[in-house]
Amino acid sequence: MAMSQIKQVVDNTLPESAVSTRNISKNYGDVEALKNLSLEFPRGQLTSLLGPSGCGKTTLLKIIAGLLEPTSGTVEVNGQTVKGPGPDRAFVFQDFALLPWATVLRNVAFGLEMRGVAKSEREAIAEKYIKEVGLAGFEQSYPHELSGGMRQRVGLARALSVDAEVLLMDEPFSAVDEQTRRKFQEDLLSLVQHENKTFIFVTHSIEEAVYVSDQIAILLPRPSRVHEIIRPSNFRSKGVDNIRRDPEYLDIVDEIWASLRTYVE
Amino acid sequence: MPDRALLLKLLSAVILFGAWEIAGHIPISYAFPTFLESMSAMFRMIADGTMIDAYAETLRPLVVGVAISAVLGIAIGLWIGLSNFFDWLFSPIFIVMQAAPLAALIPLLVLAYGIGLTSKVLVVCIMAMPVIVLNTAGAVRNTPESLKEMGRAFLASEPSIILRIIIPAASPVIFAGLRLGISAGFIGAILAELKITPTGVGDIITYSRSIADYPSMYAAIFSIILLAVLFLNLLERTETLLFKGNERGYVSD
Repeated sequence: MAMSQIKQVVDNTLPESAVSTRNISKNYGDVEALKNLSLEFPRGQLTSLLGPSGCGKTTLLKIIAGLLEPTSGTVEVNGQTVKGPGPDRAFVFQDFALLPWATVLRNVAFGLEMRGVAKSEREAIAEKYIKEVGLAGFEQSYPHELSGGMRQRVGLARALSVDAEVLLMDEPFSAVDEQTRRKFQEDLLSLVQHENKTFIFVTHSIEEAVYVSDQIAILLPRPSRVHEIIRPSNFRSKGVDNIRRDPEYLDIVDEIWASLRTYVE
Repeated sequence: MPDRALLLKLLSAVILFGAWEIAGHIPISYAFPTFLESMSAMFRMIADGTMIDAYAETLRPLVVGVAISAVLGIAIGLWIGLSNFFDWLFSPIFIVMQAAPLAALIPLLVLAYGIGLTSKVLVVCIMAMPVIVLNTAGAVRNTPESLKEMGRAFLASEPSIILRIIIPAASPVIFAGLRLGISAGFIGAILAELKITPTGVGDIITYSRSIADYPSMYAAIFSIILLAVLFLNLLERTETLLFKGNERGYVSD
């Protein structure tokens, strides 16, 4: 069967984990959002958390970020137990979370400002990343003057500028239009390739997950658990233009949909 | 086009004052002077110093009361907005204060604090503070959750989150509260002078009414409205200067 070919045997050729979650449970009152969830996130790779709405993927991401406390279980980043937000992780928000009263430059430099980096230094770093995400010339603009896609580029530049090892992205492209999203996905691939960072990416789009991920963790809801881990093998090396018609890409998309469809109301 | 806005403002002023002039000429009441009579009374009082002295008297409780209300009101509002416990403790006081018929409370204040500056400052505060406190508290409580989360994710300390995120995010509503509070403070200052002891502008109003010098009475009323409008405009300028990107609202809305 095709499925068995797709599923790569997870063996010891995997790089070591940058982030691991161990037996994470999270209850909201009587509701079990996450139950006994353990996952490994290999260093330097992009792992997607994919699942139907309400499967707790954002909750898990926020627990890794240190923004939420798990009811039980631990998160380790580079072997260190997470007790709250830390300099080793940066977050990209679904709704961008930009300060509307601050210019693009100040928004991007916000993380550095909070770390106590001197003004001239943090502005130089911010300018570099603004250029890198393709927003050169918009340093003095305010968020309301930018399009949705440009706003998320600001959010991305802010996360990159603090130079954290782990980049946590919470459905970062869901609020931008389809064409911008495709461009973002391509840019993300080259980012993963060139920046030596570990990416954890929450999405509800199957195609997006398969397109950008080195590893896809499929979560099923109520209570959330890891259903399956898929590691696409080699279609990414064939170049961004060929990914979407690669047979393996199409098979994985179909397979994931087959396992998720019963959980979608 | 700023010229057009200015033109419209001037036009509406001309229409209003024109209507006032005509109404004074009909006359709609024996006690209703024309616009020009009122204006000449005003300039006469400014020239002979009556008006200047009156404002020196009136502005004291007004400025002190408004300053106390603004500083204390924003501080208490921030506190209420940040803590459920203080919300439970303090909110009812300000809701009652806002709903209470102030004129009925004035005898009580006079009984407790006499007829001096204290009572008048208190009247201004009771008028101005509740709306400032309640607006600030509401705005602070409604800070977008994702902005606060963003602050924490990027390692902002608790004071930094309050100073760099919550206060700027709440500032449009805080300023709206300040505007309402300060206009209420103006009402309070005049009310105090009419109800406690006739001094300052309140004295001009009371005295000129008692001797049927209606132009002077209306001049005094007009001048205090004019002052309030000018002050509120100044406040608005300050706001736009302080929080430039805020005028267009939230990008994530």
